[in-house]
Amino acid sequence: MASLIGFYSLIFGFCLSFFIIFFSIRNYKDSNNFDTKIISLTFLQLFFVIVSFFGLIFSFVTSDFSNETVFNHSHSTKPLFYKISGTWGNHEGSLLLWLLVLTLFIFLFLIRSKDQTKQYRVLTLLFQEIIIIGFFIFVIKTSSPFNYIFPVPDEGLGLNPILQDPALAIHPPILYLGYVGSSIIFSSTLSAVSLGYMSKGWASHIKQWILTSWIFLTLGILLGSIWAYYELGWGGFWFWDPVENVSLMPWLALTTLFHCVLVLEKKLILTSWVVVLSISTFALSMCGTFLVRSGILNSVHTFANDPERGLFILIFLFCLIFLSLFIFFFFHKPENKINYNFFLLSKETSILVNNWFMMYFLIVVLIGTIYPIFLEVISSQKISVGPPFYNKLIIPFLIPFLLAMALGPKLEWIKSKLENKIYLILFFVLSLFLSIFIIKILGTNFLFNTILITPAFYLFLITIRDFVSMKLKNLSQNIAHFGFSLLILSILFNNILSTETITNLKVGETFQAKNYKINFESIDQEERQNFQSFIAKFNIENSDGSIEILKPELRVYNQPNIITSEADIKTNLLRDKFITINVVQNQEYFNVRYQIKPLMIWIWLSVLLISLGGLTSLIKKKYEK
Amino acid sequence: MYGRKVKLRFYFIFIILIILSLSVFLILKSLEENVVYFQSPTEVKALVEIDKKKIRIGGMVKKDSILMREEELKFIVTDFKNEINVVYSGLIPNLFAEGKGVVAEGFLKDKSLFLATKILAKHDENYMPPEVKAALEEK
Repeated sequence: MASLIGFYSLIFGFCLSFFIIFFSIRNYKDSNNFDTKIISLTFLQLFFVIVSFFGLIFSFVTSDFSNETVFNHSHSTKPLFYKISGTWGNHEGSLLLWLLVLTLFIFLFLIRSKDQTKQYRVLTLLFQEIIIIGFFIFVIKTSSPFNYIFPVPDEGLGLNPILQDPALAIHPPILYLGYVGSSIIFSSTLSAVSLGYMSKGWASHIKQWILTSWIFLTLGILLGSIWAYYELGWGGFWFWDPVENVSLMPWLALTTLFHCVLVLEKKLILTSWVVVLSISTFALSMCGTFLVRSGILNSVHTFANDPERGLFILIFLFCLIFLSLFIFFFFHKPENKINYNFFLLSKETSILVNNWFMMYFLIVVLIGTIYPIFLEVISSQKISVGPPFYNKLIIPFLIPFLLAMALGPKLEWIKSKLENKIYLILFFVLSLFLSIFIIKILGTNFLFNTILITPAFYLFLITIRDFVSMKLKNLSQNIAHFGFSLLILSILFNNILSTETITNLKVGETFQAKNYKINFESIDQEERQNFQSFIAKFNIENSDGSIEILKPELRVYNQPNIITSEADIKTNLLRDKFITINVVQNQEYFNVRYQIKPLMIWIWLSVLLISLGGLTSLIKKKYEK
Repeated sequence: MYGRKVKLRFYFIFIILIILSLSVFLILKSLEENVVYFQSPTEVKALVEIDKKKIRIGGMVKKDSILMREEELKFIVTDFKNEINVVYSGLIPNLFAEGKGVVAEGFLKDKSLFLATKILAKHDENYMPPEVKAALEEK
């Protein structure tokens, strides 16, 4: 029943698109005022999609296995929370979520853009409706979440247990708010270009939308990364896996776009950058969906595969890119009317430098991600591109990037001189000595690490100084840049100082490592709602005599029959102690991995700080109004 | 002949082009060095000489072939045509089991012995390396 309602409201929502387009075109031509009927219609469309979405949630909650999606991805013994999150933990449901966010954003856009001109609003709506129609067709035709199965099965196939996790339950909605938020940026940029509407006012209006989706995208990536850290048991937080890369690429484009809009808001230059970046952010977001969902990527994270769906997204994406490039080339008028000079030392130059660096990072990630696909198509050779590739190409360029990040915000618009040069140099010397000092103590690869850590410390110290010297006008920028320096520093020290022991132990055995002793004391069994839990007890004796008890867990899920490892992590401000166990069938030995990972929590906190920077800017903007 | 501005712009574009081609060159160069090729046991058998580079092999874990000791794990990877012995010490992913698909990264000692440095987890219990799938379908 719920499925039926869901399906028909989806159809209604689809039909409404044509009404909306009809009325918008009429409104665009005829009257001078914005027709409020259109807003009601978009609300109605949003309403139908919400009903459809809730229909699906309802089917999941009530375990209605006559619905194919529910059958494939749910099970009656699953906890309620994961029944609900199972709604978007699969291809069909997650596309419905895409659609929901698409319609939600255009509705929000319409009610929050009253101070913009009618033409601009209507045209944005039209572009957005094109995307919405595409996704409606996609959902209804190739991946309807409301297919029936007959006869009705008694029990579902269950949700992949590693997805049954709080962080991953909320990861897709948040990430999608970021991904799909870029659709509004895309639509409104296209409409602004077509109308020649690009102005400083437009920049500050679009900035909010960029910030909003940027914050969500950042948080979404963070959640995925935290999940990978504790659930996959690899003890890392970023693997340069294609699926991670496809979320990083829109982030890089969006971050660059944001910086360009900052310039546009002040100086009305870099409009081409803004247009191209808006298009690429959205294209990359869609590519992300395409690559993850099509099964083209040979990735360890992919869950759903279906080439036909991939083909549809690909064709649709090409149409959109074609349309946007057409608009860009035929309507876009570059700002060169006023002769604008770039001076070497100015804020806009430093942002331009930032852009080029970001584009370089983006290209590296893009090539690393899609090169294996091309090679497989061309020569049917299967390859994978690992972390060394990215490390080698990205890390060296981080050095000038960090320096530019520290110095750029110090510059003035148009033309400036670096004043107070003394403290800038002083800070540099200070951070150099600090790095040398720390590296000497740690006794690692001297030259490489010093060169890398110095600029990170430099940015760190300079942003701290700016907090102290109370430059409130740059607060959001300062928070975000400070967060970034903290992130780089934490990652560096985490990499240098992490230690691990991997061994196979039987219950009762002890492993003697260099600085500690791992005692495998016991293992206990417990019954849970949809899995059996085996909790091991480890007793770690450190060389200083302190003892730590860690209890990693093995879960044997009943449906599907899968074993997952739940790490036990003891976190404090300085380090994480991380232990996982695994079992191989018919073997007495347990595979044990014990890791000490310094500064882990600071990696998460610094990313939170970065998004907090964005949030501050958003709030400040509202406050100023 | 040309104004100063035009010249400047020309140089600017020129520099950008150089930087662009240089970075593309660098990227492709290090791609070449850092990619890891994927081979099935049959492809390994067909190798003329053994490469010292890191590779990935994939197939199914042969039934009753897992041998676990304190320091290492031994098992056999098969694509139902050829087999290869794997020796590994390190983290074992959850979905590693007999009769399931596996991808191991490491170095070939000879054509029948592979020293793995990493076993890759696949998150999907139904995952099967494409080669194995093809081999199974041929049967």
